[in-house]
This record gives sequence, C-alpha cells and structure tokens, in this order.
Amino acid sequence: MRRPFTLGAVAYDAKVVTIWDGFKLFFEKHGLEFDYVLYSNYEAQVAAHFAGHLDAAWNSPLAWLQSLAIAERLNLTAEAVAMRNSDCDLKSLIVARRDSGIQNISQLKGKKVAVGAKDSPQATLIPLEFLAAAGLIAEKDFSVQYFDVLIGKHGDHIGGERDAARALSQGQVDAACMIDGNFTLFGFEGTLNPAAMHIVAATEPYDHCNFTVIRERRHADTQKFCDLLFAMDYADSEVRPLLDMEGLKEWLPGRVSHYAALASAIKRLATIDTFVNDVAGR
Amino acid sequence: MMSPVADTKILLSDIPFAEGGFIILERALRQLQPGGFVTVQSTEDNFAIHLGAWCRQKGCGFEVTGVGTVRVERPLHFAAGITGAERAGMADEPASQAAQSWGLAARGAAVEQGIDGFHFPLNQGNHIYTKRLSALYRRAAAAQWNPETGIDWQHRVENTPEIEAAVVQVMTYLIENETVALIVPARFAAQVHPHYYEVMQLLAIQAADEARHIEVFTRRARLKTAVLGFSSAGGQASLKTLLSETDFSLATLLLSVLGEGSFLSLLHFLQIYAPDALTRQICALAARDEARHVIFAMTHLRAASEHDAQIAEKFAAAIQKRHAELTQTAGLNEEVFQALVLLAAGATTNSAIAAGYQAVKRLERHMYLGRVRRLQQLGFDAARARSLSALHTRNFM
Repeated sequence: MRRPFTLGAVAYDAKVVTIWDGFKLFFEKHGLEFDYVLYSNYEAQVAAHFAGHLDAAWNSPLAWLQSLAIAERLNLTAEAVAMRNSDCDLKSLIVARRDSGIQNISQLKGKKVAVGAKDSPQATLIPLEFLAAAGLIAEKDFSVQYFDVLIGKHGDHIGGERDAARALSQGQVDAACMIDGNFTLFGFEGTLNPAAMHIVAATEPYDHCNFTVIRERRHADTQKFCDLLFAMDYADSEVRPLLDMEGLKEWLPGRVSHYAALASAIKRLATIDTFVNDVAGR
Repeated sequence: MMSPVADTKILLSDIPFAEGGFIILERALRQLQPGGFVTVQSTEDNFAIHLGAWCRQKGCGFEVTGVGTVRVERPLHFAAGITGAERAGMADEPASQAAQSWGLAARGAAVEQGIDGFHFPLNQGNHIYTKRLSALYRRAAAAQWNPETGIDWQHRVENTPEIEAAVVQVMTYLIENETVALIVPARFAAQVHPHYYEVMQLLAIQAADEARHIEVFTRRARLKTAVLGFSSAGGQASLKTLLSETDFSLATLLLSVLGEGSFLSLLHFLQIYAPDALTRQICALAARDEARHVIFAMTHLRAASEHDAQIAEKFAAAIQKRHAELTQTAGLNEEVFQALVLLAAGATTNSAIAAGYQAVKRLERHMYLGRVRRLQQLGFDAARARSLSALHTRNFM
C-alpha cells in the first residue's frame, strides 16, 4: 500500500491538532491522500524526515537550516516548497524602556538583555547575531537573560518572548528582543505599555517557517500538496478558521533567500553542529 | 504597481499606529476595491515597523515610499468574513426556517460563514412563530410583579390548625406542580432557534413566573410551620409524564393548555375558598400569570395547526398515550383532595364537608369544561373534545 503524503509538524500548541485535522479533511476532499505526524520538538522531526518517515516537514527557520546542512552532508537536496504569506519579511526588535535612556545599540554595553528560548530564531539567535554584527558580543559586552519556554520548539511557543517582555516591563532587564508583530500584540494584551517603550533597533527582514522536502525522495503527490495549499482561499469559510489559526492569509511558494541572518547566527554560535553530525552520521 | 486611480490618503500625524492608527487605516482600506491603495503618512517613530507587522498579519502588500510614508494595498480577501457574510433573515420578518449556521446571531444580522456546532431543533418558524408573540411577550414583561411588594404579607392569618394544615397541603401540591411548569419551558427555551427570540423570551418569562410562584407558595406554606405536606407517588408519576414529552407542541398541549388551563380553575377556586386574604391574594396573582401561559400556548398551537394538518391527531394521540401511562397510578393525591374539600367546607361539621365535597366536584367539572372549550378551539369537534378532556390526568396538571 502506498503511503499517503505524510507531513511532520511540531505540536507547539494544542491547536496544532485542530489545524492539521482540518487541513487533512480539506486535502482528502480534494483527492490527496494525506496524513500528518506530530513531534514534540523540531530536532525529532528533522531526524524523522531524514530517516524517511516523512514526505514533508513543516519546519521552523532553524529546522530548515538544520535540514539544509544535513542534506548537504548526505548529498541530498533540501527544498522549501511553500510558506505562509506571514512567514515573509519578519523583523525582530530590540526594545528598551523609554526612561532607560538607551537610544542606540552601543548603549546596550554592560546592560542586561532579555531574549527568548535558546533555540528561538526570532527572539534570540537573530537579534544576538544582529548585535554581534554591530560589535556587541553576548555575555562579553552585555549579559543575556534567557526565557526558555519549551526548548525544541524553536520559539514557536510565544511564552519565552512574552516572559522577556514582562521582565522588561518590570524593570528586571534593560532591553528585550521580540518579533515586530509580538511587540504590537504585547501592547494590546497589556504585557507591556508601548508608550513607555522605545525601539532601539530593528533587524533586517528575514523569513520564518517553510515546508521542507528532500528532492531525491520526493513523494509523487508533492506537487499536488503544494497546489492544494496555494488553492486555499481565505474567502472560503471552510478553510478560513484554519488559516486564521495558522496565522496566514495565503500560502506562497517557498523562498530561501531570507535565511542569511539566521545562518550567520548559527555559524557564530555553532548551535546546530552536534545535531547535524548526529543525524548525518546515523 | 501604480494604479491608475488616485490613492486614498490618510494622515495619522502623531497618532500611534498600534493605538488607533491601524483602525483608521483599516476603515480606509474597507472603502476600496481589492487592488486599491491607501497612502499613509505618520510622524510616529518607527511607524513603518508597526505598519509592516500589521500588513503582514492582514496579508496587505506595502511599500515605503518616503520618510513616514507607506503605500498599502487592499488585498483580494481583506475583511473576507464581512464581505462574504449571510443575512440572518430580516429583523421584522423572520425566515420560515432558521439556518443552524446563523447560530446565536441577532435576527437580521450579517453572519460570517463557517459558523457551526449549533443545533437548535426548534428552527421551523411556521410551527412555533406568529407575529402575535411579540405583543404577548411585552404584556408578560409588563405584568411581572414583585413578591415582596405585590403581596401584603402583613395580612393576619388566624386559621384553625386543621384549616391551616389544609392550606399547607395545597401549597405543597402547588409547589411540585409549579416545579414541572418551570422545567418544561426552560428546557424548550434552550431548543428554540434564537432567530425566533420571541418564543425564547416567552418561555423564559414563563419559567420566571413559575420561579416566583414557587417562592410565594413556599413562603405561604411556611408562614406558620416548617413542616410541609404530603407528596404522592401518583401525583409525581403524572408530572413526570410532562417531563418525558420531547415534542414542543405536544408538551405545550399537555402542560399549558390542559394542565395550566385546569390550574386556572383551581386558582380561581382558591381565590373563593382559601380561608385567608393572603392566600387568596397569592392565588389571584399566580392565576394572572397562568392565564398568560394558556394564551401563549393556544397562540402557538393554533399557528402550528395552520401548517400541520395532522397535528390534531397528534394531539389526540398524546392525550391518549399519557392517559394510558397513568391508568395504573392513583391520580390526585388523596391528601390534596381532602384538603380542597376542607377549604371549600370552611369547617369540619358534616354538612360543611358535604357542601365542600360538592364544591370540589364543581371545580372538576369546571376544569373539564375548560379543557373541552380549548380543545374545540384547537379544531376538535364537541364530542371528540369531550372524550379527550375526560382522559386528562386526575392530578389536574
């Protein structure tokens, strides 16, 4: 029996089951045999993908770069076939309290900066790389306070960023790192008062998640999977709640041009080498 | 990228984008056709960062065209939930059938598609709704009375112990009947599609009426004692059949037309024969409410009859079924019957009791004739109405 097109996703929240059960119905209604497997962390998902258990993986940007590195080691080709419109052109912000007097990056020297989980691209790796490129090295020029919520989920769980914002608001740290959209969200929900905050710096735009496939092992239905994603219409009331839950308006073809900042970060911080060696050596 | 039509322009000045600015932009975008543009100008620090995050979330394309100036495109499905919404009937002209996908929406509201998970079984307007209901509800709402101030609790009650015990027994009986009369409409209120909110309102106010009756009957029963009367298995078996009727129209017939209709006679009887002014006043106020319940029930069933030619036969079958279920039960609580006789007698002499007995027989006849009249109003001929009326529970309700 042929395996249905099987997707891996990380269960960063209980709603992930609702989302993929809903999409599964949509795919099956449109003639794609589809199934999904949930992992508790991205490393397990990436390893399973290369072990041949999955036909596509809904990867965080860090999991994408892990996949890229492992594929290279194995003479395979990792491809990003699709992503959300909302995965494109994110910025991370470094935010300080207005009354702290911190106006620019150089004034962060000697200060304490709150970040998210150690493996969060948006709330930790990219902002720390951004500061490093500007000459400020973490734990040398400034101290870092991590808000590790659910390691292995690559910061998908918003809790770490929220805790960092709360620490900033309460004066426990001098600055905090977060995605631009979450800065707005934290203002709405009252975690911080935007009027009392100052955006010290914003990173260059970068991209977030993508659906990763291994070209040499492409499932025959890969194109059909992509075509059905692209056919999901936000005006369709059946899929709209799922798109809202997954945080997108439309699926776009994957692009791989906006992961450079994260690639530099992991090169500098060497965060994935052990894992890549482990999976590639299996 | 440039459109041939001039952009809409909005000036946010120093209004923070995240604190109101985005609403101004959203309103401007909604005025546009898909593909139209709004140029936004702001003097806020980091304006483009805030706006960029918002545009990504909303799926709007944007382009920074100058310092503090950004051009935003309205995408195809901006506010798709609103543009694709379906109208839940007209506010003053209910639909003949209410869609489950309208959910809890107000009648006449624009309802976003994709709402599911609601199931209101009573969604056929023809069977439950008529235009008269709105006026009936307003009348019911206006007729609500406050048990604290509507009743003169200072009336002196100085009945003999035997007569007082008879009052307590009748109150005990009334309370359990009012309890079933509360539960039945409350259950159906949750089954009516909110599109026919007048039906829901009338059922809710009926339940509230009964709540008040339970309060005042309880208070009257406990005026002189903390020990209440007897509750019989037969009486409760009769009331239980009202709870097990799952059809709204049939439950309405059994409870409100036949049961509460008979209760109207009982409450009028008590207005005459209750031994003290306090009890008479309580029964008068309760009777006013019960009369409204009967009118609502008759209005509902007459409307249902117009759309269901078979309904009279269903009524007859329901009455016969209930009768069959109750043939093995005792009917009216013996204690209640004797209490009513004693109240009508007003004394314990033999001649007074004989007269009291005749008064209760006249009450039963009055109840019977009331049911005959209402059944005829529902379309039964006189002979059929008489035979069906005779099948009604001996427990009155």
